[in-house]
Amino acid sequence: MIVESGHYALVLALALALIQSTVPLLGARLHDPALMNVARSTALAQLLFVALSFLALVTLHVTSDFSVVNVFENSHSLKPLIYKVTGVWGNHEGSMLLWVSILALFGGLVAAFGGNLPLSLRAHVLAVQAWVASAFYLFILMTSNPFLRLADPPIEGRDLNPVLQDIGLAVHPPMLYLGYVGFSISFSFAIAALLEGRIDAAWARWVRPWTLMAWIFLTLGIAMGSYWAYYELGWGGWWFWDPVENASLMPWLAGTALLHSALVMEKRNALKVWTILLSILTFSLSLLGTFLVRSGVLTSVHAFATDPTRGVFILLILCVFIGGSLMLFAWRAASLKQGGLFAPISREGALVLNNLFLVTACATVFIGTLYPLALEVVTGAKISVGAPYFDLTFGPLLVAVMIAVPFGPMLAWKRGDILGAAQRLLAAGIAALVVLALLWAWTRGGSALAPLAIALAVFVIAGAFSDLAERIGLFRNPPAITLRRARGLPRSAWGTVFAHAGLGVALIGIVCETTWNTEYIGTMKEGDVAKIAGYELKMDGLTQRQGPNYRELLASFAVSLDGARLSAMTPSKRNFTTRAGTSTTEAALQTRGVSQLYISLGEPTPEGGIGVRIYHKPMVLLIWFGPVLMAFGGMLSLSDRRLRVGAPKPAKALRGLQAAE
Amino acid sequence: MTRKQRRLTIIGCSLGVLALAAALVLNALRDSIVFFSTPSMVAEQHIVPGRRFRLGGLVQPGSLKRGDNLAVSFEVADTSAKLPVDYKGILPDLFREGQGVVAEGALDPSGVFKADTVLAKHDETYMPKEVADALKKQGHWKDDYGANAGGAVASQGTVPAVEGVTR
Repeated sequence: MIVESGHYALVLALALALIQSTVPLLGARLHDPALMNVARSTALAQLLFVALSFLALVTLHVTSDFSVVNVFENSHSLKPLIYKVTGVWGNHEGSMLLWVSILALFGGLVAAFGGNLPLSLRAHVLAVQAWVASAFYLFILMTSNPFLRLADPPIEGRDLNPVLQDIGLAVHPPMLYLGYVGFSISFSFAIAALLEGRIDAAWARWVRPWTLMAWIFLTLGIAMGSYWAYYELGWGGWWFWDPVENASLMPWLAGTALLHSALVMEKRNALKVWTILLSILTFSLSLLGTFLVRSGVLTSVHAFATDPTRGVFILLILCVFIGGSLMLFAWRAASLKQGGLFAPISREGALVLNNLFLVTACATVFIGTLYPLALEVVTGAKISVGAPYFDLTFGPLLVAVMIAVPFGPMLAWKRGDILGAAQRLLAAGIAALVVLALLWAWTRGGSALAPLAIALAVFVIAGAFSDLAERIGLFRNPPAITLRRARGLPRSAWGTVFAHAGLGVALIGIVCETTWNTEYIGTMKEGDVAKIAGYELKMDGLTQRQGPNYRELLASFAVSLDGARLSAMTPSKRNFTTRAGTSTTEAALQTRGVSQLYISLGEPTPEGGIGVRIYHKPMVLLIWFGPVLMAFGGMLSLSDRRLRVGAPKPAKALRGLQAAE
Repeated sequence: MTRKQRRLTIIGCSLGVLALAAALVLNALRDSIVFFSTPSMVAEQHIVPGRRFRLGGLVQPGSLKRGDNLAVSFEVADTSAKLPVDYKGILPDLFREGQGVVAEGALDPSGVFKADTVLAKHDETYMPKEVADALKKQGHWKDDYGANAGGAVASQGTVPAVEGVTR
């Protein structure tokens, strides 16, 4: 019953989406407010039905209804409750359902909070949103229906892939999808603007909060995924340059560029056409990411399911939406009004440079990800493009971006003064040089690259804070005035400071981890001691334990520093009986400040020992603190009164809207 | 500055950055791509020792030997050739004899493949795609390798894989 209801609700959502994608457009053409308002009610109703459908699938998973193929293949009655719930999106069908649910959620949000949007713009936006939704409902119903039944239901399920039985699955995919799919809003706004043939600063003011929201989720989603890979896979890596990771990095880079160009458009009414193009590209890259992950087209450590019908269907969606929107862009972009003028050296100029580098960096990732695929299709040769390629291309471009980051906020709009900016960054530059000198002295003979990169990171962080110091007049004014100024500073300015500093923090983490991480690999028996980075790890023995749906082999280690005992660490190896012979390695982590000790286990040896891998990873946590700081900056900026989602801005909205000639 | 000059400046800058990026990409693609080979391709192509490539095939049953201090050796085979592989470190959880494997490294002068990375990108029923394709081409494809692939869980985003990479 629940199965059929869920399926039926999904079909109804498709029907509603089809109405939503046509009727409002007709209304806009006929200038009929009633028809245009259909968009609002259908978007909300669509959200309701998708939510029902999603809840139905969750219920089926929780109650372990093995008559449903999807539940049978991905669940087990012994599985802990939380993994029964998260297992809903730990598989292809369920994760696509999550995708459309989030799409409907964003459509519903625009419908609910878009009361201050001009009627025809809202109708257009929701209609475009519904086109995307319809395509994906069709995809789910035709190729990946999660509500299919089994003729004779088995009594037990096949269980969720053990690696996915982790709290990471509860957080990472929903976050990532909120980010991916969130960019559909800026896409819909861009298409709506092209269809209507008008765009202005008010448009950017609506788009920016939505983009920012998506960007925050994507940032956190990527960081979370990276940390999950780090502790779950057991080899201590946190970024593989795997195609599937690149698929999430590309929309992030384009989305970051979009955030910045939307700023220029909002403040200076310039870069309109470029902002529209970026909106289209960002969501296209999200769609591409969905295609890469969901079609199984890549040999990737992530995607193993291969089913050509799905691939072809998503490829079709991809071509229609990307091709269609770019064609529309080519056709209509010329009709958009030209924006304001600015000198090359100005805030606008700096943001253009930012966009240029981010988009180019995105392009290099794109080439590295798709070149092997294209080459295989054309010549049949199989190659892999790994970390060295990305280090050589993405690395230098990002260094250029990082050098430029502190200068941007220091330049004035319209016409800036690069020398003045450099003078104000003097303190930051000196801080960076001091750090460089200290590190050079300390790491004598080591790699010269690491101190340079850390100095760059310090420059970015100090630069972000000198911008803040400039604005509040730190040391120039009495403390009381400084404090009042700091309080009066718009939150978006604080947001910029934190987001830019986050970039530097992440870079420090990345450089320290890759340069100074130490590793011990060996076979250890009870009583053996491993020494790493000043720590002593003594193996206390191996024990067996029975978990809910697995057996695990635990190794306990006593950690001591300079003879003083600190703590115990117990990495384990789990054997899942439910999925014949699959095992996972549960690494043990010991956090010391922002550094970590990391132990993962290998195979037990016949003599009673066990293969052990121990890492000391200095400053490793900064890799994820950086993005968290960036997301925090984004949230601050989002909470800025002037930008709040749905905050009323009646006067400006009216004034800002004139049709392009 | 007129609109035209401004536009020229921006276009000039863009071209500069793009040229730089193109140079970086071409340089990187020349040096850092890694080709995939099977043992029989290695035998045919006479790959020079020291050149990095990815070797894919099945782990020959009975060939796995564990030495001291996590040194392991095994043979990777396809239908017509075998190649001995040396590796030091912890093998992935799903590394088994008779299963598909992809290793990255280079040949040494004596013709032994020194792997520094072993990937086992599959669950118990699924073959790495390159290996499956290579075996298919040689006409020795058993359908049951891939039959259960649909049951394998596809993950999204940067979700950890069924098996990672060991170094």
